[in-house]
Amino acid sequence: MTARPLPAPDARLTWLDRLRARPRARTALAAALPVGWVTLFLFLPYLLLLIHSFWRLDEHQTIVHQWTLASYRRLFTTDVYPATILFSARIALSVTLLSLVLAFPLAYLLAFKVRRYKNLMYMAVIIPLWVSYLVRAYAWKIILGQEGILNGLLAQLGLIHEPLEFLLYSKWAVIIALTHIYTPFTLMPIYAVLEAIPPSLKEASQDLYAGRFQTFLHVILPLSLPGVLAGSTFAFVLSMGDFIAPQLLGGNDSGLMVSNLVVSLFGVAYNWPLGAAVSVVMLALVVTLLTVANRLEERFNYRGKRGRAAKTDALAAVVTESRA
Amino acid sequence: MSTPIVELRSITKRFGDFVAVDDVTLAIAGGEFLTLLGASGSGKTTTLRMIAGFEQPTAGEIWMDGQPIHALPPYKRHVNTVFQNYALFPHMSVWDNVAYGLRMRHVAKPEVAERVDAALAMVHLETLGGRIPRQLSGGQQQRVALARALVNRPKVLLLDEPLGALDLKLRKEMQLELKHLQTQVGITFVYVTHDQEEALTMSDRIALMRAGRIEQLGTPREIYERPATRYAADFIGETNLLPARVRAAAPGRLTLEIEGQGLEVPAPSSPVTPGQEVWLSVRPEIMTMVDGSPPAGHNSLEGTVEEGIYAGSLTRLRLRLPGGGALVLHLAPTGTARSAGAHARVAWPADRGVCLVA
Repeated sequence: MTARPLPAPDARLTWLDRLRARPRARTALAAALPVGWVTLFLFLPYLLLLIHSFWRLDEHQTIVHQWTLASYRRLFTTDVYPATILFSARIALSVTLLSLVLAFPLAYLLAFKVRRYKNLMYMAVIIPLWVSYLVRAYAWKIILGQEGILNGLLAQLGLIHEPLEFLLYSKWAVIIALTHIYTPFTLMPIYAVLEAIPPSLKEASQDLYAGRFQTFLHVILPLSLPGVLAGSTFAFVLSMGDFIAPQLLGGNDSGLMVSNLVVSLFGVAYNWPLGAAVSVVMLALVVTLLTVANRLEERFNYRGKRGRAAKTDALAAVVTESRA
Repeated sequence: MSTPIVELRSITKRFGDFVAVDDVTLAIAGGEFLTLLGASGSGKTTTLRMIAGFEQPTAGEIWMDGQPIHALPPYKRHVNTVFQNYALFPHMSVWDNVAYGLRMRHVAKPEVAERVDAALAMVHLETLGGRIPRQLSGGQQQRVALARALVNRPKVLLLDEPLGALDLKLRKEMQLELKHLQTQVGITFVYVTHDQEEALTMSDRIALMRAGRIEQLGTPREIYERPATRYAADFIGETNLLPARVRAAAPGRLTLEIEGQGLEVPAPSSPVTPGQEVWLSVRPEIMTMVDGSPPAGHNSLEGTVEEGIYAGSLTRLRLRLPGGGALVLHLAPTGTARSAGAHARVAWPADRGVCLVA
């Protein structure tokens, strides 16, 4: 077979070639879609929210497009609104602490002790995230209800004679369900930072006369702080803004969570300006919290980029979850 | 040899079916610089980790200072380790890293300060105590790791390929500095490396390891000049290994037959019989080119020059023997150049060849 000469490459410039030669234009083109998306579905809604919070209702309950701080004044002078925000924060704090207590030892076991069934165990923690949020919240109704599994079990054991009523439709039910739902988010960043600690650091510590507890205290714990912070932030922010669990399980206490308040302000009371003002205050609180947490994480991140990767992983999981 | 500070008594380490260390017995003298040399998978690092306490021997005992220590956890052994990738605590300053061991043993504060400062001065890092490890170069991190271990004045310092991550020039400098430091502090060093040149440069003794066993134990000179096996001859330095047959055995002396010629060689420690197949090892640098007959007490072989490669401080000459074998010579570059195809005769002192049975 005779070798046929290869056709010469086409030397003409297409519009794509011209674009490639201009890095700025390329960047702009590539950024157009995500930037447009975020503008349309994130910044614009927030802007509308912000604008609404500075409008007011007239006596006929219609929105007057007139700049005023009335909603904010009402928010800060009526006891119920700050109280609701505080109550939500307290619920969120309980959920955060409980999640940490559950997640840290589990993450530690997964990262350092479990060898054979490591992936299986990790999956067991992660799989609930793929189950619909609603299903998980409803499951607690079945467990905690008056005819529920827990009351049934306690009655069977003879520990109680009447079903316990405070289990369901109370803040306890909300805390339990939220802890269940958000513990994986706390676990993931902690697991990621623990997993990234080189085994040689533990060995070096033991080599330098530190026992197991001292090694944990002086090496493992400080190095896990970025993950603990990231995990706590997730649990706190997500549970503080949660709306469905309080709605389903909170009973009379549910009105005390801030998201339910916002829903009723928008939906039942038709007081959009006040609802918007509460939302803006919440948003400001959350952004402040995230900023502070981020600063702290940077402060405790001694490992450069590898330390940051852990948080990115966990963030991706949150995004996945919020779409579910 | 003075009384041993560390004794390995028939230690074996198995990981599942894999035998990492196979019945190793070794006595390490106080103040000695002993190198465990070997290819990867030879068991050198596992041996070191058993002395440190990170691995427990499957069988056998480890004694230190007349006490069995193989059952003790690492934090109860008076040894310290310099890790391959330094393993500095990233969240602590250099100073705190060095102070760690002393604090864990509850040494009084003023003494901690004094000893940490002295240790940092010893490795020329007295001005960098406030930095965190990430802000240091590889060489500086290496020095911190060394100071962090030495500040505890261990009875034995274990070093696991400590210079592996450094570039060649820095590695050479650190080799000399380490050796100097060891002589100065008088602490026993057990040093793991796969770099035979490093082992030759620094060690008082080398334990050459292969497949979990000690292939040969001796001073660098003994190992280089009198390798016990083909593996040892080949692993350490460069050598010519020629298949040979024993023609005659006299007390302390053998005559080998190579390419039909009789060559003299000192008798090996293990007995050989005439007719036995053996190997002759001749280092490239002990051979010279000769015109005419070789000097007395020399062996000589003839061949054809295949190629000569100029390599700066020496010229590597490759000689093809008539029977098909090849010889590599290291010649001073000042010698007369031989072009490829030229006939050449090489000679070496008969007592510097080594007859290898295994």
